[in-house]
Amino acid sequence: MNSARLSFDLVVVGAGPGGLAAASVAAERGGSVALLDNSPWLGGQIWRGEQARPAVPRARQWIERFLASGARAVMQASVFASPDRGVLLAETPAGRLTVRFKQLILATGARELFLPFPGWTLPGVVGPGGLEAMVKAGWPVAGRRVVVAGSGPLLVAVADGLRRYGARIPLIAEQAPQVRLARFATGLWRYPEKLSQAVAMKARLLGIPYRAGIWPRRAEGRERVERVVLTDGKRSWTVECDLLACGWNLVPNTELPRLLGCALAGGFVRVDEFQRSSVAGVFCVGELTAIAGGDAALVQGQIAGLSAAGAAGAARELFAERWRWHRFGAALTRAFALRPELRALAGRETVVCRCEDVSREAVERCRDAREAKLHSRCGMGPCQGRICGAATQFLFGWESDSIRPPVFPVRVESLLTASEHSKPVSNLSDPTP
Amino acid sequence: MSAAPDIVIVGAGIVGAACARECARAGLRVLVLDRGPIGGGTTAAGMGHIVVMDDSPAQFALTACSRRLWQELAPELPAAVEYDPCGTLWVAADEQEMAEVHRKAAFYRERGVRVEVLEGDDVAAAEPALRPGMAGGLRVVDDAVVYPPAAAQHLLESQENTRRIEVRPGVTVAAVNEDGGVTLADGTRVRAGLAVNAAGPWSPLLAPGLPVRKRKGHLVITDRHPGFVHHQIVELGYLKSAHAVTADSVAFNIQPRKTGQMLIGSSRQFGAEGTEINSDILDRMLRRAFEYLPGLGRLSAIRAWAGHRAATPDKLPLIGPSLVSDRIWLATGHEGLGITTSLVTGRLLADHVLGRAPAIPVEPYLPARLGKGATLHA
Repeated sequence: MNSARLSFDLVVVGAGPGGLAAASVAAERGGSVALLDNSPWLGGQIWRGEQARPAVPRARQWIERFLASGARAVMQASVFASPDRGVLLAETPAGRLTVRFKQLILATGARELFLPFPGWTLPGVVGPGGLEAMVKAGWPVAGRRVVVAGSGPLLVAVADGLRRYGARIPLIAEQAPQVRLARFATGLWRYPEKLSQAVAMKARLLGIPYRAGIWPRRAEGRERVERVVLTDGKRSWTVECDLLACGWNLVPNTELPRLLGCALAGGFVRVDEFQRSSVAGVFCVGELTAIAGGDAALVQGQIAGLSAAGAAGAARELFAERWRWHRFGAALTRAFALRPELRALAGRETVVCRCEDVSREAVERCRDAREAKLHSRCGMGPCQGRICGAATQFLFGWESDSIRPPVFPVRVESLLTASEHSKPVSNLSDPTP
Repeated sequence: MSAAPDIVIVGAGIVGAACARECARAGLRVLVLDRGPIGGGTTAAGMGHIVVMDDSPAQFALTACSRRLWQELAPELPAAVEYDPCGTLWVAADEQEMAEVHRKAAFYRERGVRVEVLEGDDVAAAEPALRPGMAGGLRVVDDAVVYPPAAAQHLLESQENTRRIEVRPGVTVAAVNEDGGVTLADGTRVRAGLAVNAAGPWSPLLAPGLPVRKRKGHLVITDRHPGFVHHQIVELGYLKSAHAVTADSVAFNIQPRKTGQMLIGSSRQFGAEGTEINSDILDRMLRRAFEYLPGLGRLSAIRAWAGHRAATPDKLPLIGPSLVSDRIWLATGHEGLGITTSLVTGRLLADHVLGRAPAIPVEPYLPARLGKGATLHA
């Protein structure tokens, strides 16, 4: 196995808006900076594909700024462990990479939240973000009927994108009640960029029914999804579809900060005004600290990058703008809060943990996530509890179980940490377990 | 449970669970307390190998008797326990180790333990993933594998026992009392006829001075790669060096789970209190495993973790009355053999309580063997 070593003053993990901004502003002020990301392209999830085919002006602007900043991009590097202070291990197609850092900025973003309901494991039931990524990568949806359901602003954005690739969208089903969304929309005047985006999108969406206050009760089909049963809490009806894109907003990817020991509060990494976590030299930005979107991440990334580069004054100048986006994030969170009825969607036999095929009934008997893992295998599989852990947090209020390396499944040989010429193995003893 | 229990057991790991089961089967009422969930300590951290061992006659007697109890129990074990009689394959890398295979084979055969001696080609055929050129091996046919937390849960919660066993997880015990009861962390006193300290590596917290030390071990589990190996495979190479009881050590040991996952061990360290991963030890442990299984490095690893065994100075557990009080029993110090020897530990406790003849001679395991100072309770 190949094993390479790199060393930088500042390492940034995650090449979405927050990571790009952090790496760019820090590198512009000197010092060696590296940006690591597990994908081949800059942009992260939200600006996926922008490096290859720019469409969003601001994405292009930040990608160009990053490329001119002097920071080094280390792509297709999945950070999976931190064996010692100041050291990260990453797996790359070429082998294992050891990266040393003096300071670290984590911008690992968020993933979709999936909640179990009858039929959610049928082929053809997918996450909206995941579907969008597949479609951008060339997976054909032209002419297919895609019901988009769940919650959050992502639903509209995805439906809009899918339509441009020729999909038919019979319905967008948003669980949040209309009254809450209306309150959110009237608050958008504070955020002119968001408002113009929303208006533009809504215009394109003319003709697509967008309904608030409804959600899927179950997906049905023989081999794969053929229809979805929707409800408004009073009555239920059926909509035929070829795909059901269902996601319930976002959950932060806190695995790496937790592995490093960063303290959390309410499921997010706790940071101070300079985006510093509880661990010295480790900053966190973007969705790790609150679900507030790409604009918040851009400002937070700049603040963290400037702070790391010792430019506290310049960082401070951005506090007011960050505060604006934090308010936006808080409004977003209130508007799209999940309704309690969703906790009752999964029946006793509905699978909660897909990797290990564990039903709600088996999980529900347990007192917490750790007990569920020990006694039902919930969360023991290759997704490492990413899907079921977030679901059981919502369903039962369980905190996530302790985190262990590797943060992503990696080749066993990638776990080797010593150099290839380290001391020989000796002192063998009793080999029993 | 309305009245005071006959027996209060501290520790809902596999040993405490086996003690509770045997006592309940004997008609006693049992209360089991644990500060965590059932099987959440050493039981959750270990491999779950049911193996006959012959480091000493006493170790053989204990492991052989207990393995028989597991075989008797096997038909009633639910699927979640993942009982798999896959056997152990002790691999010999050279002729010196092969001599040990023959010695071990003779010892086991004389005592009725089913074994097969494999020559080099047979080992290669039995486990094609092993590196070529092994001298041979010893297959111990009836050794098995279980998933320990589910096994502990079954022992405590199987239908026949639930009437007599009450389990209270999440309850911390502050003291084990000489009158056979315990005092909880919140000050509550629980009365019972006999208290059993089955707290494994944490047992000295309730019995200061007890010669039980934490011995840390690391494990790595892979994603599902069914058929990569078929037996629990363990190296015989450890015989080349003295049985270290002080130095950090690693040895090749791999377990195929029923799920198709591979569990990779093993390591031993004294003086390492935390359960964080020691990257140097993990490194040595994996390199040792790669020497035996060159393809292992390309499998997908899901998790690495560390836990603690409860080690004693003479590598035998402490099973029997404490020197402080005959109403305090010790059932601890099982080191790496706690899953295997849990059932016989429970049986010996029940034999004692009921005044039955013990299943095997108990003297080698009595706490008194380690001297009075060793079991003094502050």
